[in-house]
Formats: sequence, structure tokens, C-alpha cells
Amino acid sequence: MTERNTITVDGNEAVALVAHKINEVIAIYPITPSSPMGEFSDLYSSKGEKNIFGTVPEVYEMQSEGGASGTVHGALQAGALTTTFTASQGLLLMIPNMYKIAGELTPTVFHVAARSLAAQGLSIFGDHQDVMGVRQTGFALLASNCVQEAHDFALISQAASLASRIPFLHFFDGFRTSHEVSRIEKLEDEVLKAMMNNDLIAAHRQRALTPDRPVLRGTAQNPDVYFQGRESVNQYYLALPRIVQEQMDLFKTLTGRGYNLFDYVGAPDAQKVIVLMGSGAEAVEESVNHLVAGGNKVGMVKVRLALPFAVEAFLEVLPKTLKSLAVLDRTKESGSVGEPLYHDVVTALFENRDSLSFGMPTVIGGRYGLSSKEFTPAMIMGIYNELEKETPKNHFTIGIDDDITFTSLDYDHDFILENPTQFQALFYGLGSDGTVGANKNTIKIIGTETDNYAQGYFVYDSKKSGSMTISHLRFGSKPIQSTYLIQKADFIGVHQAVFLEKLDLLEIAKEGAVFLLNTPYSKEEAWSHLPRVTQEQIIAKKIKFYAIDGYGVAQKSNMGGRINTVMQTCFFAISGVLPQEDAIAKIKKSIQKSYGAKGDLIVQMNFAAVDNTLENLFEVDVPTQANSTHELLPVLKGDLSPFVAEVIGKITAYKGDELRVSQIPDDGTWPTGTTQYEKRNIAHEVPVWDADTCIQCNKCVSACPHSVIRSTIFDASLIQSAPAGFISKKAKGKKYGDNDLFTISVAVEDCTGCALCVEVCPAKNKSQTNFKAINMNPLAPIRESGIERWDYFLSLPKMDRSQLDHEDVKESQFLEPLFEFSGACPGCGETPYVKLASQLFGDRMVVANATGCSSIYGGNLPTTPWKKNDAGRGTAWSNSLFEDNAEFGLGFRLAIDNHNERAKGLLEALKSSLDGTLVNDILNAHQREEAQIEAQRSRVENLKKALATHQSNEAKTLLEIADYLVKKSVWIMGGDGWAYDIGYGGLDHVLASGKNVNILVLDTQVYSNTGGQQSKATFTGAVAKFAAGGKAGMPKDLAAMAINYENVYVAKVSLGANDKATVKAFVEAERYNGPSIIIAYSHCVAHGYDLKYGFDQQKRAVDSGLWPIFRFNPEKIQEGENPLTLDYKGPKIDVKDFMYRETRFKMVEKMNSTAAAGFLETAAHTSQALYQRYLSLHENYQPKNEEATL
Amino acid sequence: MNLTTTFCGLTLRNPLIASASPLTSSIESIQKLEANGIAAVILHSLFEEEINHEIHKIDYFLQTHSNSSAEASSYLPTEVDFDNLQSEHYIEEIKRIKAAVSIPVIASLNGVSIGGWVKYATKLQEAGADALELNITYVPTSIDMQGDVVEQMYLDTVTMVRQHITIPLNIKMSQAFSNPANMAKRFVEAGANGITLFDNPTRVDVDLELLTALQRANITTSASLSETLRWCAILYKKLPCTLCANTGVHTGEDLLKAVMSGADAVALASVLITKGEDEVKNILTEITSWMEEHEYTSIEQMKGSISLIHTDNPAAYERNSYMYALQHYRR
Repeated sequence: MTERNTITVDGNEAVALVAHKINEVIAIYPITPSSPMGEFSDLYSSKGEKNIFGTVPEVYEMQSEGGASGTVHGALQAGALTTTFTASQGLLLMIPNMYKIAGELTPTVFHVAARSLAAQGLSIFGDHQDVMGVRQTGFALLASNCVQEAHDFALISQAASLASRIPFLHFFDGFRTSHEVSRIEKLEDEVLKAMMNNDLIAAHRQRALTPDRPVLRGTAQNPDVYFQGRESVNQYYLALPRIVQEQMDLFKTLTGRGYNLFDYVGAPDAQKVIVLMGSGAEAVEESVNHLVAGGNKVGMVKVRLALPFAVEAFLEVLPKTLKSLAVLDRTKESGSVGEPLYHDVVTALFENRDSLSFGMPTVIGGRYGLSSKEFTPAMIMGIYNELEKETPKNHFTIGIDDDITFTSLDYDHDFILENPTQFQALFYGLGSDGTVGANKNTIKIIGTETDNYAQGYFVYDSKKSGSMTISHLRFGSKPIQSTYLIQKADFIGVHQAVFLEKLDLLEIAKEGAVFLLNTPYSKEEAWSHLPRVTQEQIIAKKIKFYAIDGYGVAQKSNMGGRINTVMQTCFFAISGVLPQEDAIAKIKKSIQKSYGAKGDLIVQMNFAAVDNTLENLFEVDVPTQANSTHELLPVLKGDLSPFVAEVIGKITAYKGDELRVSQIPDDGTWPTGTTQYEKRNIAHEVPVWDADTCIQCNKCVSACPHSVIRSTIFDASLIQSAPAGFISKKAKGKKYGDNDLFTISVAVEDCTGCALCVEVCPAKNKSQTNFKAINMNPLAPIRESGIERWDYFLSLPKMDRSQLDHEDVKESQFLEPLFEFSGACPGCGETPYVKLASQLFGDRMVVANATGCSSIYGGNLPTTPWKKNDAGRGTAWSNSLFEDNAEFGLGFRLAIDNHNERAKGLLEALKSSLDGTLVNDILNAHQREEAQIEAQRSRVENLKKALATHQSNEAKTLLEIADYLVKKSVWIMGGDGWAYDIGYGGLDHVLASGKNVNILVLDTQVYSNTGGQQSKATFTGAVAKFAAGGKAGMPKDLAAMAINYENVYVAKVSLGANDKATVKAFVEAERYNGPSIIIAYSHCVAHGYDLKYGFDQQKRAVDSGLWPIFRFNPEKIQEGENPLTLDYKGPKIDVKDFMYRETRFKMVEKMNSTAAAGFLETAAHTSQALYQRYLSLHENYQPKNEEATL
Repeated sequence: MNLTTTFCGLTLRNPLIASASPLTSSIESIQKLEANGIAAVILHSLFEEEINHEIHKIDYFLQTHSNSSAEASSYLPTEVDFDNLQSEHYIEEIKRIKAAVSIPVIASLNGVSIGGWVKYATKLQEAGADALELNITYVPTSIDMQGDVVEQMYLDTVTMVRQHITIPLNIKMSQAFSNPANMAKRFVEAGANGITLFDNPTRVDVDLELLTALQRANITTSASLSETLRWCAILYKKLPCTLCANTGVHTGEDLLKAVMSGADAVALASVLITKGEDEVKNILTEITSWMEEHEYTSIEQMKGSISLIHTDNPAAYERNSYMYALQHYRR
């Protein structure tokens, strides 16, 4: 072991460790991939960890990045050392304050995990678009290329900022660096103290606004002085490069790690040089070292200080033999001559063209790596090869195939940089099986307990249920600079055998690699259950094949469904990375460390898992011939359009990188309804209907988060063509006759196995009350027959929408959902509401969706759940941003209303040439009920037929927009983070607009998508990120605030507590010709319990009084009635009975029993107070607007 | 008038003990009980099974969705400090209660594993509990498990705990033994200093609306006193331990009956839950009035006066007394 203090951390933690130590105030807001920096800081402060000044930094979560930057600005002005962490759209929201902070020469550092910006689509992944979008603000830009540098530069940037008074944006690549786990040397407090100059800190404090030394900043300046004022700061920017270099030099004397403004690597007599910054520089350096060792005259420049661009220092590092330069930008500026770094380099060279010893070189600029696109040695070789050419391609792209504007460079896709000192391991796991956690732990063991360097990088697919995770682990005796995914693996662990059904996972295995499979099959059976291609790979590459029944061992060890410890032990036992005995001892030591805080019980449970693993792991004898008859299954199934088959099919097969530019929709427009083709088969158990026990209430259909359970009533004559085993039963209810059959069908291949349906089923088997009318059964034996039954079900005629009572729970569930098979978590509490809206209004609905879980399961590629019906109508959906969703949806309304008005005007104008009765009927149509809307739709169809024969421009225009004469439903959907926090200003404005929009707040009481940060909806006493000890304050009563407008329809609902009121609320809200808001209780994985009990908990939340449910309908005021209907009868169970069934509340008791008791008391008081408030409103409502009652 | 008595080697100012219940879970409530005259409190029970279950669940739910999405490495803060993971705060609470009241404070433990019993018993003693009450309830659901195996499990637990603590040990015993008197004897041989007759387990019920089984708290009435009286009477003077009557004592009269049957003290729960802490005072008033009226001068004087060995009607405690009762009824 080296003597220095090494730690194994990811980039975010590496930065937070420093930033928390050298700041006094930290104002943040969660955004991927920077959220963990704020979370780590909050954790350190919540544990009372102090900064180097001896105080615990104040970590404060704001309502948006705009808010965070304002708070940072204020704290800086009041003299505190202050920082923030952000990325992407968050950084854009900080721009106004960044100008202010820079304009006032205020030292601070914003740490940014650089990420793409939302353009034709959102991307959470890494590139420099966000950072390059704030070049103009006056912040200096300092780039880190790896985890160690992110750790070091977090300090250097702060020291340089204090010394220069220029604020810094310190950035590193989102995910590639922010989430890469790597072994680094930790900066000790002595180094931090030595770099943080006390005089400079005192000077910063001295400049603070204080009544003891009053000054004034933030003046309004006029034409006479503003310009001079802007120029007055030049001297600071001119001095900055020198100051940064001084700080880097000081840092070197303290740590031995030297950095320069620009660092050259390569042959001293290089002719071809690549210039770039960020994680890609590591891969280039690795390639350069390889090429130079081979005698190639190549080099590279790592740009550290990107802005101000220190021309002199840059020219200084270039080799005197330089002939051609490629400048790489990890960003895209459409319409510009070139990207920013290219511009800076060209300008630097051009302005010094007469003094360049090597003469003016050829300079080409190129784009690479947008949205974490892979940047590999093969691509780097491609760039050097291009530089070799007489007239290399300028403004190129690398890593894609641009078949439209032909910007892309060709490269040898098969080139792989061999690295014999590295051990490379790949693991395919399921999101919830603990694989990634185990691998993070493995890296820590190897990075911390041995002399090896270690690197871990984790790739997740975009689904929240049944998602595949791929862990890329590298170990080696030399520092690891491979900032790209593993291309040839020494070890492949497949932790879920189902992945092998569709993918050739051993394609990437090296000759003689080790393959570990988690399979329920025995030593004798394991081989025969492999697909043929897997068998062939094993034989051809002489792969050693080991297997274990991971779930069996986990179960035996009391670990439930978590196989992390089991599979980790297997890896150490057979990979040969460490001697087995040593490795097992280290795993146990690590278990003690990781789980010690949770008590001996958990430690012993994991120890037992380790021991059981070693007893059950076995090597499979590999025959000489493949004998499997299983071929790989197609990734998509069904009647696929060419686009779906080629484009979406490729993405689904993890081959999206192969798609050409021309294959990607240029404006971000994608077809809907594509989840139906994926058939993920991720459930181990699926629901099976027991027709005899069923009472035909449709509650299971309503509850199903993935629209997997459907019911219908159909004519008995159709049953003859049904497949064997298709069950139906005479339909219950007065409306239905003897020939009407009721059936429930399950899309077994699309089910996630959450079992929510079973828990909500109210019917119990009369002889065995542990069985209900719907019960979970293993998928495998019924998969094929289930598919047949489902296909038959889909072929049955749809029920007539206009004949169904949309306000009735049961009947509403016969409506076809136009939102199905989303990637939401198993048991999701949000999607049943989304599905309900799609059933009721989906064929005439347009949805504005705030960024968050609902935009991810609603719109993340490759496949999406919003779909159209047989008539070709369906929901049109879009996500603008996180913060502007209400406004975005209002825009829909204004446009639709305008189209409607125009259409009505044209209709009036053309009345004489059309059927007057038809025109009058259309203009005077009531469109409240489904039947009325259907009638209008039919009238509009007749109108369109008539218009088709007209030649006038008016008629043509009317034909284009005639469909707007049929009522359109505008829905604005999003989570509580949006509605209560970042989007509240806009939401409030839209509520006040009086316009006919419907807002659905999917309230999980936390920012679910980014990992459970508290919002203003978070319950008192609930643990969340940034409320690690339990939230102390009260949740905001958004409903009460909306009711205050009086002309807003407001409903607070809970499907689990009162489905009747919920369905009514949706119908009433949509009917109300004005703004409506529905706040829907949505259980969530962030609450910490088995979500099959989600609806039970929803009921408890209401019964405890903590989630009052009611409907406030302004239409009733107009009718002289009381507008508020209470849908619950006040608190009837102890709040504890709701709260302590969820980890988010219960864990407080395990942390601090006194605080927990206090929270219970507050909650009990709140539940009563809420009831009294709404009861009194219900009993004594006095309209503010008296005229409204007339 | 002398109301003092002894319980598990502790001298009590009167025979009224507050049994483990929600009322003995807060300092405020315990202080109120003390002010109303209670002689000792048995704190609400520490449930080992529940603690273990909660630790498992919290560990599971903190981890289960971790590292499953690019955007969220976890959904709850996972690195927090669990200062009260194994109810360490209960231990703190004992210290605070001891400091706040002057009556004896008895800790109560409801465990499942031998290791758990010993670990928590030791901790409770260290925290300053004046005595420890073990509430051992095992419901065998296997038709193959013989009664002696169950009995041995109970005895092993008592033996093990006795070896690890020095404070008095009280066993709150179940009535569900073939011969409760013999079981009590073996508990004493294993190291018990006192026996409480009996444990009052939760009731099982069926919800006909939901078609499900329910567990309900068992709130007793004076009518539940019978078996308590019988076994106090049978065990009086038979064993070198104190006897505490636990089920069905609601009034001063009930207390007098229990003491005369042989109880050294009575433990109250249902009556305090339904009527509040003030009821202690009423019961005390009732017994002193009765004693004054009937010219008793001390509790000791009446203790066991109507027990199996001192009663004028031993047949009342025996099986054939059923016939007698019926004959009596016919008259």
C-alpha cells in the first residue's frame, strides 16, 4: 500500500469532499448528474462535519437553480465563502446571477458536472454544452479531466478565485467523471489550509455588505458610465492566468501533483497534435502514449484553464515541429463557424501568425462525445489519421455516421488499444438486484486494500422497472486513463439469465475469459439452458463457465431478492484478481464497514451469504459442441413499421450507436405507442384471474400502473373463436344482458409483477381467504398461453365510449388506456392517474409534461407508452423543461383556442355555402359529455367531407383546422418538485389565468426522479435527501392556495383511499371551463416499503388525516351550492399507523427517538387542523365574489 | 395503616404496580402515576423481534432501489447515523426516568433469541433498572413440537438471563401450561425472583367485513380475575418468590381479593388505559377505606389469608368445585 491517504470515490464525492471543507454556505438544487455533490454536502453537515474554519457549513436546498444562484450571490455579498453545484439547464438558470457575481468581482466556485442541454430531446448525459453556454458571463472556466483532478481543481479553483476575485466555474464531465469511481489521493486538511489564504479570505469578508461599513452595490448605471464600468475589470482577467498558474505551482509544492494552464503530452517533435479538455483528454493521452511508444510523432494539449484563454501559455506548450492541429469540442453551436475551443485556438494562432516558430499550422475543429457518446482510441486514431491528410476535413464529427452533411470522419471501428496490465470486468445486472452497489464495493476493496488502481463506471438503461445495469470495472497496476466503456472483457458476470435471451453478451469476451451466470439451474442443466450463440461463444473463446443459483443462496441467507453479496463473492472467488482467501477476508471486512452501522444482525446475514456462496458456486463442464436450440429472441415483436423496426429496434438492442444521422428524426418528433412492441418479460410472477371469485369491480384494472390488466364486456357469440383457457363470465350489472360476457385479461409479457392488483382486489375466495379474484402465479408456465389470450383479448371489439358512464369507477375502466407498458417502477403510484386521464380524455388530449419521473417513463427512448386508438387519435405529448411546464401547457391552450376561434369564424363566413343546420349545430354544440363530443366529431367529419369539394382559400383553411371544433383537452402534468417548487411561479400564474387547462400534480412528496430530495410537499417527519433527520417544517397546502382563487377547480385525490371521488375529480376538472388542478397522492419507491401495499398506504394517509381529500368545484358556486365536497370523514386512525409503515418515517425513530416522537405529535396535530380547516370551509363557505352566486 | 409490601426483593409503598403499557412509555405519564400513588412502574416492553424486523426492513428498503437508475444512486439518504437502531434510546429513557421519579423502575423485555435476551437484559441492568421483567411468549404452530420442548425453551432463556444480570428477575408467565404451578416452580429454580400471573396476550378476532384475522389488544375487566386468584391461591407460600396478580385487577376490591389469595402486589394495565392515571388514587382510597372499615392494619396481615393453604374452602380452587357451583346455583 502507498503511504498517502488514498480513497476510492466518484467525481462528485471527490469534489464535495473539498468544497464542503472550504466553504461556509452551500446553496443547491438537485439536477442530474450533479445532485450527489449537494447530497454529500448535506450529509456531511447533517453529521456535524466541520469545514477547515471550524464551522459546519450551512447547506440549503432552494426551489430552483435560479433560487440557488440568488442565494449564493447574497451569501457572497454578505461575506461568506459560498459554493453551489449544478449542471445543464440548472446552470442556464444561474446565468443572470453569474453576470452579477462576476460583475461584482466576487470570488466563488460553481462546480459543474457538465451535461447536455435539452434541444431536440433532453439528455442527462455528459458534454460541454452547458458550460460553453455561460462563457459570456465573466466566470473563469477550469476543466478537470478525471476524478483526481476534480478533487484537486475543486481546491485550486477556489484558491485562484480568492486570489483573483474572478468567480470560477470548475467543471468535469457528467457521468464519465462525476460518476466514475476511481482511486485517488485525498487532500488533507493541511493542504486545504495552506491553499486557502487567510488574508484573501479576510479581504473577501471585508468587502461584505454590513451596516458596520455600509456601501451600496447594484446601482442602476446610465450611458455615461456603464461602458467604462464593464472595461474596468479587464485587469483582473489579464492577471488571472498568472494567478491560476501560481496556485497550481503552490499546489504542486504541497502535493507533488503538478498542473499547468495547458499541459502538453507526447513526442517532443510531434507534428500532429490534438487539443481538448475534459475526460476525453484521458483517452487521448492513453492513445498518445501508445502511439509515441510506437515511434509516432504525435502529441496532445490538455486545456485546463479554458477561459480566459491564455494565448501565450498555449503557444508555449505547442511543439516546435507542429504541422497540424485538431481542436476537439464536446459541444455543438449550430450555425457558428466552429465551436468555442476551436475559435479560441484559431484566434490565438492567427493573432500570432507572424511569430510562430513552426509557422501557421493546419487547424481543424471537430465535435465528439455529445451526450456521453463514446470517445475511444479508435476514434482518436481516426483523428490523427485525418491530420495526416493533405486537406483534412474541418468541422468534422467523430463517433457518428453523418450521412446528411458528411461531417463525420471514418475510423477503424475494430481498433482496440490493448492494455495487458489491466483486468477488465463487465457485469450485467438488474436495477434492483444490487449489482452496481456490489461492484462499487468491489472497487473500493481493490482500490483501498491493494496497491492496484481501480476504475468503475456504470451504465443504466432508461427504464425504471426491470432496467439492465452494466458495470464496467477495470483494475491494474498503472493509473487507468481509459475513459470509455470496456471493449474486451476478461470477466463477464451475467446476474440475470433473462438478459441472455435477447442479447449476445459474450460477444465482448476475450479469449479465455471467465463467465459467471446467475441461474436457477444445476451443474448438469445450466449448459443446456443457454442460447446457442452463448454456447458458441463459450466454446470458440475457451471461456470458463461458472454458475450459481444467486437467488436461492440469497433466500437461504435471509437476503430476500438481493444478490449483491452473493455475486460479489463469486467474482472474487473465480476472477483471480486477488487470492481467494485474501479476497473473502476483505469482503467480510468491507461488510463489517458497510453494514456495521445497521447492527450485527445485518453483518451476520451478509457473512452467511458469503459462506453460502462459496458452498454453492460451481464450474460448468463445457462440451465441445453447441447443442442448444434456443436462438436469440427479437428485441421487438409485433406489426412493426420500418422506422420502429430499424431505429427503435436498434436502440432497444443496445446498438443505437450504429444509427446514422439521417435515421434520427431531426426535430425530435417520434412516433407514439411503441412500448407495445418491447415485450420485456421482466416479471417472475404475473396476475391470474379467478373468474368465480371476481365481483367485476375493475379495481385491479384501475390500479395497474402499467395498463397490463384490462377488462371488457363482449358478445357471447365471439367466445367461439377464443383460444383454450380464455375465461369469461356473464357480465354483472343491470345494463348487461345474458349475452354479455365479462372478461379480464393480462398482458403477461408487459407485467412488472408488482402485485398491486392483488392487494387492491376486494374479493376473497370463499374457501381460502388467502386467495383473491386475482392472484400472482409464476410467469414461465403460463407465458405462451398468456400471450395467446392477450392477443385474442386485443382482437375483441372495443366498448362504445359514449355508452359508458365515465364518472363510474368500474365503467371508466372499460375505456381503452392510451398510456401503456411504461418503464415506470413496479407498483408506481403515479401512472394509475396518468392512465386514468388517458382513458377518459386520451383521444383528444395534449399533454405538457414537466421534466421528472413522468417525463422519463413518458418519453424516454427507445420505446414510449403514450399511444393512439384504432381511429388514429391519441395523446400528443411533449416535455419542454422542468421549470416552465404550466406556461408551456398554457401555450397549448392559447393556440388551440385560437384555432378554434378561427375555425368558428370561418364556419360563420362559409355558412351560406354549407349545410346551415350542420353549421349551426357545430357552432352551438355542447361538449360536456362523451356522447356530445362524439356527435360533434361526427358533425365535423361531415363538414370536412363537404369542405373537400370547396375551392376557396377559406374552405381550405377551415379544412385544415376543422378538427379544433371538437373539444381538446389540455393537460399539464408533473411532480411536486415542479408544482410546489421550481414551477410554482408559473403554475400560480396559469391558475390565475382563468384559462381552461387541467393540471395534474403527481405528488410523491419528493423529487423522485433525481433520488428523493425533499420538496415543499414533503410531509413533516419524513426523511428525504436534504432532510436527513426528517423534515421539520410543514408541507405547503397547495390546494388551499389554489382554492383561494375561487374560480379554480381544485381536487386533492387518492385512488387508494377513494377511487370514486378520484374518477369524479378527473371528469369534473376536465369539464370545468377554467383552470383545474388535481393533486394526486402518489406512492413511490422513495417512501421505502413494498409498493404492492401502495394503495393500502394511500388509504392510511387519508384515514390518518394527513392527506385530506376533497373537491372544490367553482361551478357549484354559480349554482348557489357549496363548492367544497369532502371525500373523507376526518382523521380516524393514529398517524403512526400510516407513518410507521414506511421507512421514510420509521427511520427517524431509529435515528432519534425524541425527534420521532415530536414529529408524531406534530403530525397528529396537523391532521386534526387540516380537517377542521376543510370542514369549516365546507360548512361555512362564503364566496368572495358575490356576483358569482347570482 | 401499613400498605407496604415486597415485590421481587423490592420494598413497595403499596401493592399497586403500573404494568407495561403505553402509559409507562413517557416520563410525564410515569410522574403522574407516581403522584397518584403508584408504588412501582414496569416500563413498556422492548420487543427484540420487532427491533430485528425493523432493522431488516430498513436495511432492505434503504438498499433495494439504490443504484438502479442513472439519475438516482439512492432514493433515501443511506449514510445516516442510526443512534437508536437497537433501541439505545430506551436505555437512555430508563436513565431519565430513574432520575425523574423515586419509585422503583422495572424494565420489561420481550425477546425471541437467547442472544437477544442476554444482550438487552444486560443493557437494561446497566441503564439502572431496579428489576427486569421477562415477557416470554412463544406460540408454537407446529403440531410436531412437544410441550416439553417449549417449556425447556422458556427455562433456558430464564437461566441464561439470570446468569448475566444481578438485579431481581420477574417472569410474567403464560397461563398456557399443563401445570402452571410446576412451571412457576421451575422458573424459580432457573433464577426467577418473582412470578406474575399471568401474561395477558393479544386477542385474535375475525373481521367479517374484510374476511381476515385480526389481533386486538386485550382490555380486561374484573371478570377476568378468576384464574389470577386461583393460581395466586395455589402458589401462595409454595415458592421462594413473590407473586404479582396481573389480569383483571380493576378495583380496590379486586386488589383485596388478589392479595388475600396470596399476591404480594398487583399490576394494573387495562384499568389505567381506560380510566387514566388518576384511577390509582381511587383504588388506594377504596382499599384504605375497606381496610379501615374492616379493621385491617396492614397488607401483610391479609396476604394469602384466602389461599389454598389458608382458605376454609379449598374445593373452590379445584376442578370438582364446578359441581359444587352448579348445585349452589340450583338452590
